[in-house]
Amino acid sequence: MAFEMINVSHLTKKFGTFSAVDDVSFSVAKGKIVAFLGPNGAGKTTTIRMLTTLLRPDSGTIKLNGIDPLTQKDAARKLFGIVFQDPSLDNELTAFENLEFHGILYGVPLEIRRERIESMLAFVGLEERRNDFVKNFSGGMKRRLEIARGLIHNPPLLFLDEPTLGLDPQTRNKLWDYVKKANKKEGMTVFLTTHYMEEADKVADEIVIIDKGKIIARGSSKELQKKTKTSSLEQAFLKLTGHSLREEKGEAKDRARYQNRMWGGR
Amino acid sequence: MKAIYIMWLRQIKRYWRSRGRMVGALGQPILFLVALGFGLGPIYAKAGGGDFIQFLAPGVIAMTILFSSMFSGMEVIWDRQFGFLKETLVAPVPRLHIMLGKVLGGATISFFQGAIVFLITLIAGFRPTLSFIWLAILFMFVIAVLFTSLGVAIASQLDDMQSFPIIMNFLIMPLFFLSGAVFPLAGIPQTLALITNLNPLTYGVDGVRGALTGIYHFSPTLDLAVITFLSVLTLILGTYMFSKVEA
Repeated sequence: MAFEMINVSHLTKKFGTFSAVDDVSFSVAKGKIVAFLGPNGAGKTTTIRMLTTLLRPDSGTIKLNGIDPLTQKDAARKLFGIVFQDPSLDNELTAFENLEFHGILYGVPLEIRRERIESMLAFVGLEERRNDFVKNFSGGMKRRLEIARGLIHNPPLLFLDEPTLGLDPQTRNKLWDYVKKANKKEGMTVFLTTHYMEEADKVADEIVIIDKGKIIARGSSKELQKKTKTSSLEQAFLKLTGHSLREEKGEAKDRARYQNRMWGGR
Repeated sequence: MKAIYIMWLRQIKRYWRSRGRMVGALGQPILFLVALGFGLGPIYAKAGGGDFIQFLAPGVIAMTILFSSMFSGMEVIWDRQFGFLKETLVAPVPRLHIMLGKVLGGATISFFQGAIVFLITLIAGFRPTLSFIWLAILFMFVIAVLFTSLGVAIASQLDDMQSFPIIMNFLIMPLFFLSGAVFPLAGIPQTLALITNLNPLTYGVDGVRGALTGIYHFSPTLDLAVITFLSVLTLILGTYMFSKVEA
């Protein structure tokens, strides 16, 4: 349907016997900001990986602006930008080179590219570090650079997977202001995950809550509070998902992630 | 097309910036050249084979390219480890272009390493005929493309750092030793001949040696046909395997 940017139906992904995403269906209307919330290991990142062609679902269908990312991969990839949960920069390149690489891969023409790179570097406050190697950056600086990169090509659909993890309040505010502005001005659809409920509350038009691979609630922050008879999104979230701590299922990728951190990642 | 260029450029930059890698990768070829070349040289000469360095140098050049190419698959593993792989995987670019960029990048570096070793063999006493140097260069580059594709294809199927070097050594050593790089293929036992004939590197070594010394075991046409065909095949196979990579 023309007014839907994301349409997911009966999406399922199992890792062995563990259902990471279990018969999930939802849709996101064009021009909306949707927060995808859930405890650790609920299936948020797995869903995003499937939406962004990084992982094949076991069953179910996905449509991004009417395009099936399983069969029309490149057309779907043209549509979105993503800020990954884990670091994904080339540490051996400079900040500028990382952005330039991205711009070229996404076919942004030279003049627009240079202009966008400059404005995004200024936006994340890294214009003076543009020629420094990313390996010398702090965790927060890397994060900011990744955010800048995800926005270089001005995608109509933006995935933000815990983009503000490890960022100071200044940068967080700036990011959400920018996202809201791009959403208003250019109608950019945003699909985000975060553990900071106040952020979701502030920016999202709609909240989707996933737990143990299943969608358990959706609606605006107000609606969820009303439904759970609570007075904040955080309380509503806790009421819906319970207070017990979650254990994420470890897989090779997680091992790699921890190793990576030890090796000097974030 | 621009995607191929930027993938290539990235690898060249990374290579250029890690001089240690550049120098370190030359150690093994020099060791083989010195230990085998000068160690076995007198016996080879006594047996009537002539100057062993003349025979061995092209083999060592091919070896350098083989090692460097296969290990350039390591870049894919590093990219996975440091997360950068995801950035290339979600890019709206045909997988063939990404693969071509990676392979051409790795192959250029390997070719360059091979060229440095070529210069070193000259110092060690290698005296090639230069009239077919262009053919030698062509052979060197095709060998580099073939084994870089293979390295990337294998790396795309692995997700941990530890197994890649082990698998590589398991493959590289037989490829190298059973290729005619260190011994002449004429008059070897039949079983060994069968194995060397099945080894793609045999044709690469023969091509480089023939182009530089004029002495072929097979023929330049057969050598080039075999390794070019295998390069294209491996490249296609590698692209397919790479397109299945998840992150």
